[in-house]
Amino acid sequence: MFSVLDTRPVAPGVTRLEIAAPRVARFWKPGQFVIVRVDGEGERIPLTVVDADPAAGHITLIVQAVGYTTRRLSQVPTGGEIADVVGPLGRPSEIEAFGHVAVVGGGVGTAVAFPTARALQGAGNRVTVIVGARTAAHVILADEIRDAGCDLIVATEDGSAGVKGLVTGPLEELIEADIVDRVIAAGPIPMMRAVAETTRSGAIPTMVSLNPIMVDGTGMCGGCRVRVGGEMKFACVDGPDFDAHLVDFDGLARRNRTYLEFERAALEADMPMAAR
Amino acid sequence: MKELSTRERMQIPRQAMPVRDPAERRRDFEEVALGLTPELAEREAMRCILCKRPPCIEGCPVRVRIDQFIPLVASGDLAGAARMLAEDNALPAVCGRVCPQETQCEELCVLGRKGLPVAIGALERYVADWAREHGAGRQAPTAPTGHRIAVVGAGPAGLTCASDLARLGHEVTIFEALHEPGGVLAYGIPRFRLPRDIVGAEIRALTDLGVEIVTDAVIGMAESIDDLLAGGYDAVFVGVGAGLPRFLDVPGEDLVGVYSANEFLTRVNLMKAHQAGAATPVIDLDGARVAVFGGGNTAVDAARTAVRLGAAEVAMLYRRTRAEMPARAEEVEHALEEGVLLTEQVAPVELTGTDGRLEGVRLLRMEQGEPDESGRRRPVEIPGSEFDLPIDLAVVAIGNAPNPILRRTTADLEHTKWGTLVADPDTGETRKPGVWAGGDIVTGGATVILAMGAGRRAAQAIHRHLTAKNDLEAG
Repeated sequence: MFSVLDTRPVAPGVTRLEIAAPRVARFWKPGQFVIVRVDGEGERIPLTVVDADPAAGHITLIVQAVGYTTRRLSQVPTGGEIADVVGPLGRPSEIEAFGHVAVVGGGVGTAVAFPTARALQGAGNRVTVIVGARTAAHVILADEIRDAGCDLIVATEDGSAGVKGLVTGPLEELIEADIVDRVIAAGPIPMMRAVAETTRSGAIPTMVSLNPIMVDGTGMCGGCRVRVGGEMKFACVDGPDFDAHLVDFDGLARRNRTYLEFERAALEADMPMAAR
Repeated sequence: MKELSTRERMQIPRQAMPVRDPAERRRDFEEVALGLTPELAEREAMRCILCKRPPCIEGCPVRVRIDQFIPLVASGDLAGAARMLAEDNALPAVCGRVCPQETQCEELCVLGRKGLPVAIGALERYVADWAREHGAGRQAPTAPTGHRIAVVGAGPAGLTCASDLARLGHEVTIFEALHEPGGVLAYGIPRFRLPRDIVGAEIRALTDLGVEIVTDAVIGMAESIDDLLAGGYDAVFVGVGAGLPRFLDVPGEDLVGVYSANEFLTRVNLMKAHQAGAATPVIDLDGARVAVFGGGNTAVDAARTAVRLGAAEVAMLYRRTRAEMPARAEEVEHALEEGVLLTEQVAPVELTGTDGRLEGVRLLRMEQGEPDESGRRRPVEIPGSEFDLPIDLAVVAIGNAPNPILRRTTADLEHTKWGTLVADPDTGETRKPGVWAGGDIVTGGATVILAMGAGRRAAQAIHRHLTAKNDLEAG
């Protein structure tokens, strides 16, 4: 069992959990994820690690309650326990001196993008983080991003914070006004696809962090397979970061909808197998 | 008990193991084969003609003393038989159920030349089940040696290696990536063939020996092998399995409704998708048409699992003929009894669908060509023989490639161009000092018992190495 040391809401429907997971904390690098199982009957879900403290043996996860399991996880109180936290999994993000890197986080995808942005800043890059959110209340990690020394641009759909609109607006402006050597994006599939299209004509190297369905997270099940440049890749062992200009986002979106009806029914009934 | 002559022994017919009625068992996940009754077991054991040089043992990768434990069953000394079996086999109740005996011990049985061999597998299962139910055959470790060994992977190879090393007095820690130990015994083989309480009992026997099992630990992603060696382990055994599913490499494999056998079986076996209230689903199979590609045990397991999940029609699609299927003969028999269809000599050309969902498969008929490296006749396409089959779910069960995690993260762990680890077949020794390996990560996808044999040989080699080291240090 893994102890939850702190649970707190950070945005509507979004929860930050600090968990004692010494093995993950010791070996985690930005871009890597864990698989979490809330209890003995729970499903295994992949979640990107936001931060780790190897000395204390703690990791930080940020989870959006979108389904039955993520809601259960969000509800584990401070002092509670989680059955399994396994990792780190996946290849770490490439951290090199690229020059000026634009890191784009959409919604809770900001939690995925943030550790990579901070590591890039630490590696001598100039990093501009563009955070997209529905409203000002949905913006997460803004202080942490600024504290890490990154420039921050916020875009909200209703204009309640930063610029009004999607993340691609400020990204386009940034590319026009400035030299951008690399772009990294994490968030909903339509957003990552839009970022890929934004940078394609200028051939700016662009990486996306993918979030497919997974069971084991170590290459065994093949459920996370995704086409990249026409080749079959397993996001868990070959990713989760891939060249955005080569990813088959349509295929990824279709496969991620496999259990949509099941998930909806489970969420409505607050029971996993309500559909049956 | 009266002594029987060889002639009398040979007149006893092979005793068939009772199995559940197909119409009943195809609706649940309870065990299919029920095991021998005491009467059946005793009669079957009497068939053994007590060869002076028993060939059957040569067919057993872990060298169970078949010629000795079977007479103990015949004379009613089950405790003695259980003790002997426990010494020879770390997972006897598992092997009695899942070993391909017909190509191992039983294939070499002298009785098989003229009639049917002794049902060695059924007798092994009988003794192991008796031992479990009576708390017999427990092993005790010898005096501690002070050596610590890390075993990577809690599958058949790792469990066997750990058991042998623990009984020799070494302190063993097993690191397992999943949340449950067992490897393929946990995620791969269905409960109706291998009930989970049996796997659980075999693993408890191991922890009773003092073996520590650490779950949720992916060596290579968390600690490296070098971290383990530097952190106080005197030797490392790598038994991580094959674990990277192969796909068909035909168009349409990304359609929703196409699963690897690993994923399909893991969702059911490990994550319990078949149970009401399970949080991990498979797509609804009620009334569905299912195609399983492949002809091995995994394909048969997937097909029979699909039947139990309510599929209306399940077909195994195999490139060769039934005679060439690598699956255990008894399992193919059981699958057919349960209504699984076997379509021989077909190969998929394309999986088709609309809106990203699988709707059918285009197949090509095959014929037998010249023999290939495996000695089996190569399947050859018949041009123009395409035909379409409507299906709702496809399971790809054509084997596994070696998992890449350890070789990527351990630079000096030598591997072949196929990605399997290079290890001495007799000892499991790799080219990296202090590291032994065995099972599917070395051989590529094989059987539970072959992996166990490799685990056993590596345990002996590790023990010899550590003992020699002691002698050197003492001398």
